[in-house]
Amino acid sequence: MARRRAREAASLSRVLVLGFAGIVFWGLMFGIMFRMLSYFEAAEGIGDVLAVKLLSLIFLAFLSILLLSNIITSLTSFFLGRDLELLVAAPIDSVRVYGARLLETIVQSSWMVVLVLVPVLSAYGLTYGGSWPYIITVLITVLSYLVLPAVAGAAITLLLVNIFPARRARDLLALLALFGAAGLVVLFRLLRPEQIVRPEGFRDLVDFVAALETPGSVWLPSEWAARAVLSGLPIEHLNGDRFPLLLLASTAAAFVVLGCILHTRMYAQGFSRAQEGAELRDRTGRRTPLIEHVFGKLPITTRSLVAKDVRTFFRDTTQWSQLILLAVLVVIYIYNIKVLPLRTGEDVGFFLINVVSFLNLGLAGFVLAAISARFLFPAVSLEGRTLWLLRSSPLDLRALVWCKYWVGVTPLLLLAVSLTVGTNLILCVGTFMMILSVTTITVMTFAIGALALGFGALFPRYETDNAADISTGFGGLTFMMTAVGYLACVIVLQAWPVYSVLRARAEGAAITPAQITSLAVGLGLAAALSAAAAVIPLRAALVRLNGA
Amino acid sequence: MIRLEGVTKQYGGFTAVHPLDLHVRRGEMFGFLGPNGAGKTTTIRMIAGVLRPTAGRILIGGYDTVAEPVNAKQIVGYIPDRPTLYEKLTGAEFLRFVSGLWGRDGDAAAKRADELLDLFELTAWKDTLIESYSHGMRQKLLISSALVHSPDVIVVDEPMVGLDPKGARLIKELLRAFTAAGGTVFLSTHTLEVAEALCDRIAIFYQGRIRAMGSMDDLRNEAEAGTAGLEDIFLKLTRSEDVVELVAALRASGGVV
Repeated sequence: MARRRAREAASLSRVLVLGFAGIVFWGLMFGIMFRMLSYFEAAEGIGDVLAVKLLSLIFLAFLSILLLSNIITSLTSFFLGRDLELLVAAPIDSVRVYGARLLETIVQSSWMVVLVLVPVLSAYGLTYGGSWPYIITVLITVLSYLVLPAVAGAAITLLLVNIFPARRARDLLALLALFGAAGLVVLFRLLRPEQIVRPEGFRDLVDFVAALETPGSVWLPSEWAARAVLSGLPIEHLNGDRFPLLLLASTAAAFVVLGCILHTRMYAQGFSRAQEGAELRDRTGRRTPLIEHVFGKLPITTRSLVAKDVRTFFRDTTQWSQLILLAVLVVIYIYNIKVLPLRTGEDVGFFLINVVSFLNLGLAGFVLAAISARFLFPAVSLEGRTLWLLRSSPLDLRALVWCKYWVGVTPLLLLAVSLTVGTNLILCVGTFMMILSVTTITVMTFAIGALALGFGALFPRYETDNAADISTGFGGLTFMMTAVGYLACVIVLQAWPVYSVLRARAEGAAITPAQITSLAVGLGLAAALSAAAAVIPLRAALVRLNGA
Repeated sequence: MIRLEGVTKQYGGFTAVHPLDLHVRRGEMFGFLGPNGAGKTTTIRMIAGVLRPTAGRILIGGYDTVAEPVNAKQIVGYIPDRPTLYEKLTGAEFLRFVSGLWGRDGDAAAKRADELLDLFELTAWKDTLIESYSHGMRQKLLISSALVHSPDVIVVDEPMVGLDPKGARLIKELLRAFTAAGGTVFLSTHTLEVAEALCDRIAIFYQGRIRAMGSMDDLRNEAEAGTAGLEDIFLKLTRSEDVVELVAALRASGGVV
């Protein structure tokens, strides 16, 4: 009884924290969108066009994410789920199975997109005075918009599984990577972001507006969705135009029917092939595999753990398929830095570039936190079901924690330093900012890695094998909030002293002892905070594992 | 070789194992029987060092499992009843990994792993991912992994689950040979004929306490069961005689049994 009460209290506090975090996120998102749209609305002529363009960009960005996410999710929901054997053996009509699994796929792969769309579309509604017709239009549009990539994703997976056994993850993912890369190229081609950020490149305003008014592509459902949503608002030339909504809804319905026909024809064979998963590894017959040669200098226990972690990571679809999204994230990140319009003005040079490079650290830190949440946070949870082996072996659990930490942090550090150095080189920053940012990002990586591993051990989810699920729970959210808090503290501690030193240098003034002192104090405090953020979570993880 | 002194395990307010004193000698095969939920697996997990006792201490080969866990675990091979293995490793990689955990390396470790794979007829599957293994193959691999570091003590929970008759016979012979060579086995099972045929001593565990312990003759005397087999003794000591009556009634009524 006492345990149940404690569990109920814990779940209530989780709901409260999650609810609070959700409301803060929604509030922020809504505030930013509302502010931006209010500016647009005030801009006669060009404002409405920008509002349409912005929404179609948002829908387009989400469309590519949804497609990839649906392909990956439908692999599990249609072919690898544990309950499927029972379902397939049961006398259930295949249309019903398709409908149920499609719904499951949509919910699992789209809920995050819906969460982000709520404040965005609310901001549109409030800015342009939408009422009930707008809400109904939005509901129909979003539903149809979500169905399209889900049906497409399920169909692509169905075709792939009919060609390759579902468990042949490598072959499948090579194709997925190709889709990801192709999607990215198409996305950038269609976004044409340079046209929006560089209006001076057009002959005149009319050309600029004309370029903006041109739809990204008349074939893209994201464009239909944007125009369908806005048809419910009193925006000139869009109000009451029901064609995009009808086009979107009817295409979604047709997609479901076509998907269902494809499913009926190909699912049975695909499911059967998916069970033929026996996969041979290490056919070379080598006594000591390559991976163990690479880590040959490590003690045998550590070597075994590292080799096991690396192997299981690259053989697990749910683990490394996310690397495609990571690569997309990195490319977008570098691309954004490259197209920043810093050098278009006359006197932006030294100071602004250095400030951007400094702010870049915060953003890079956030990217690192997101990657850690996905790859380092689940490390302990994934070990959960096999913890019986580790705990019954003479392994010191400190070795386990250290191994997990270094296996996770080393590639993270390589990525972080390359990203920072690369973007700094693009920005042509000075030596001071280069040294400061590389040092800071290195320290941040160690701290964020430790936070992710520590929170992962404190909030384990042993019941799931899917690493992507593990980081989406309460623990993952708490980690992200703590990591963002830590990043904000480090930035705040460094911001003022760095700003004053940079300003003095930009103005050609001598740097005073007070500035040097404040710089030392700021950097010292940031280092102390980082040390605490690295040590405390790792110790907590160890205590938790020892007491589990 | 295995000594439990006042070992207790509590989960919140629920006591799964009441203070338990037990001594299993070197070279002995000790059977641990009891109905579902009696606390057998909890006890076994404590002996294997997976769970910590709430009170009391467990000594393996003289080493305290809490104070000197590394020394104690070094000599134990543990076979759990419902294990999860690393699905994305091959059988050979899994054995190499377990050898590594026990600090075994080099040709001797590889040779030992190959011998065990051969013994359990897994050589043809050694380079196949475990996710493709059948239940019986997993069980064989699991038993191989418990033997790969040549332990002095085997702690085993339901060893016969999922094994074909040939595999089950192999395990029985293996455990017999192990104890004959001076090894100690702590075995929990629901297969009473296995316990009856293999064990030197048996403990009947019920509601977190030992109800009876000793050789088959000792148990018969304790249960006042005459020449009855272990099944009848077990049902009597775990107060499950009504099960026998229920089965008889179902048979009489022409039911499914």
